[in-house]
Amino acid sequence: MNRHLISAGDLSLDDALLILDTAEELASTAERPMKKLPTLRGRTVVNLFYEDSTRTRISFEAAAKRLSADVINFSAKGSSVAKGESLKDTALTLEAMGADAVVIRHGASGAPHRLAGWVRGSVVNAGDGAHEHPTQALLDAFTMRRRLGRIEGLRVTIVGDVLHSRVARSNVLLLSTLGAEVTLVAPPTLLPVAVGGWPCSVGYDLDAALPKADVVMMLRVQQERMNAAYFPSVREYSRRYGLDAARMALLPEHGIVMHPGPMNRGVEIAAEVADSVRSTIVEQVANGVSVRMAVLYLLLGGASETGGQR
Amino acid sequence: MMHAADQTAAPGRDAPRRDAVQRDTPRRDAPQRDAPRPDAPRRDAPHLDAPHGEASPRGEARARAVLEPDEIRRALTRIAHEILERTNGAGDVILLGIPTRGVPLARRLAERLEQVEGRPVPSGSLDITMYRDDLRLRPARALGHTEVPPEGTDDKIVVLVDDVLYSGRTVRAALDALGDLGRPRAVQLAVLVDRGHRELPIRADYVGKNLPTSQREMVRVLLAEVDGQDAVLLGSREGS
Repeated sequence: MNRHLISAGDLSLDDALLILDTAEELASTAERPMKKLPTLRGRTVVNLFYEDSTRTRISFEAAAKRLSADVINFSAKGSSVAKGESLKDTALTLEAMGADAVVIRHGASGAPHRLAGWVRGSVVNAGDGAHEHPTQALLDAFTMRRRLGRIEGLRVTIVGDVLHSRVARSNVLLLSTLGAEVTLVAPPTLLPVAVGGWPCSVGYDLDAALPKADVVMMLRVQQERMNAAYFPSVREYSRRYGLDAARMALLPEHGIVMHPGPMNRGVEIAAEVADSVRSTIVEQVANGVSVRMAVLYLLLGGASETGGQR
Repeated sequence: MMHAADQTAAPGRDAPRRDAVQRDTPRRDAPQRDAPRPDAPRRDAPHLDAPHGEASPRGEARARAVLEPDEIRRALTRIAHEILERTNGAGDVILLGIPTRGVPLARRLAERLEQVEGRPVPSGSLDITMYRDDLRLRPARALGHTEVPPEGTDDKIVVLVDDVLYSGRTVRAALDALGDLGRPRAVQLAVLVDRGHRELPIRADYVGKNLPTSQREMVRVLLAEVDGQDAVLLGSREGS
């Protein structure tokens, strides 16, 4: 494995399977009364969050703590970033504090990549702009494998705001590495220009795609990133691309419904769908901790690739 | 020429492991000109008890069998009877094998206990990777599987099973891992081979064979479930 996890596209098939298998073993420790492992004792993990996040930050924090690492949470609000400190200066401060890993979420695509050039520790991308969110893709793949027993050959349909979605991009890259067939379904205005070069197919009709889908993944409509009108009204979007109970009935019997959260109930997903037995949304959160433990263990648990002890 | 090859064969990531070898092994200053060099030395690493001994890729070529399949079978049968004797019929016993080769050994012992006592004895596996003390000396390893029988370990007599007892560090890690699973009434240790050279105050309760070795030698245990055949091999790490 690389020293950093910046993009799901950097993971080879072997890397991805190693992470998923490791997460599978670690998931069983979550069921024990003693949930903590001593493996990363004395290591420091910094959560560097420039954007709001609940589940991802808490998930990384829980993962690091279950491996006995020390966790420092840093959010841009109320820090010297608010006083105008640059990312590089913040990075050098963290470096001076001896961070072994930096988990970064940033509004700008490519920020983790820049950070990786400035710090000695490992950098884990927890979401950068509309670029990537690799650990979300890993936990989605992990959830699919647990529910359906395999990933190779699965037909996965990703629906909604692909344009602003780092989750969609990471999932397309990872799932194609793992041998799934991915179809994106969205209004043409919410697809990136370069989607033709992605390893997936594209459709515009949700009702046509659902009967063939083993997995349907609904994406949140990211209103906060929208600076123009991408569709006429929320109601119209919901009619054409929202998943309600009638649409869910089109899925094959074993089909599952996923959502990376947070959900806009009533927009891209109806409440009854979100709460149905086919929905994996709560599992995805629990699986997120196991997958992030696996990533932190594999990045920090051994000797660094360059030799010598950290 | 061989010297140059030696260096390319040991890229940066191997540096800490080589240091580890040097601590308890005399340094091989001159490359062995006639020593065969296996291409994939890592493959045989997991079944050596020795965190240090694993590193050497040599020695496999000159290995000789010190235990034949029949002797392994008899040793396990004797250990099973000793367990029954020491634990008054193995009523509260749980066998936990340490991956990789401790797991099939635990299963074989459980079968023998059941044959003699006529009632099943639970067996499982206990992965110790996350508790090792040498994690930072090599790149992160893949995890083994931990499977504790549904009865749990509380108030049970846990018999840890491993193939080779060497430094004792694996067993130390296993005791830590066990402590996180519950509170057994007692913990005992069964090994197929005890080769000596302990680095911690640990001893086995049940030993298949005491094998006096030099630290330059390597002990390999082969089991049918994992390797397709049963054997205990003793090889020389120096290749001579």
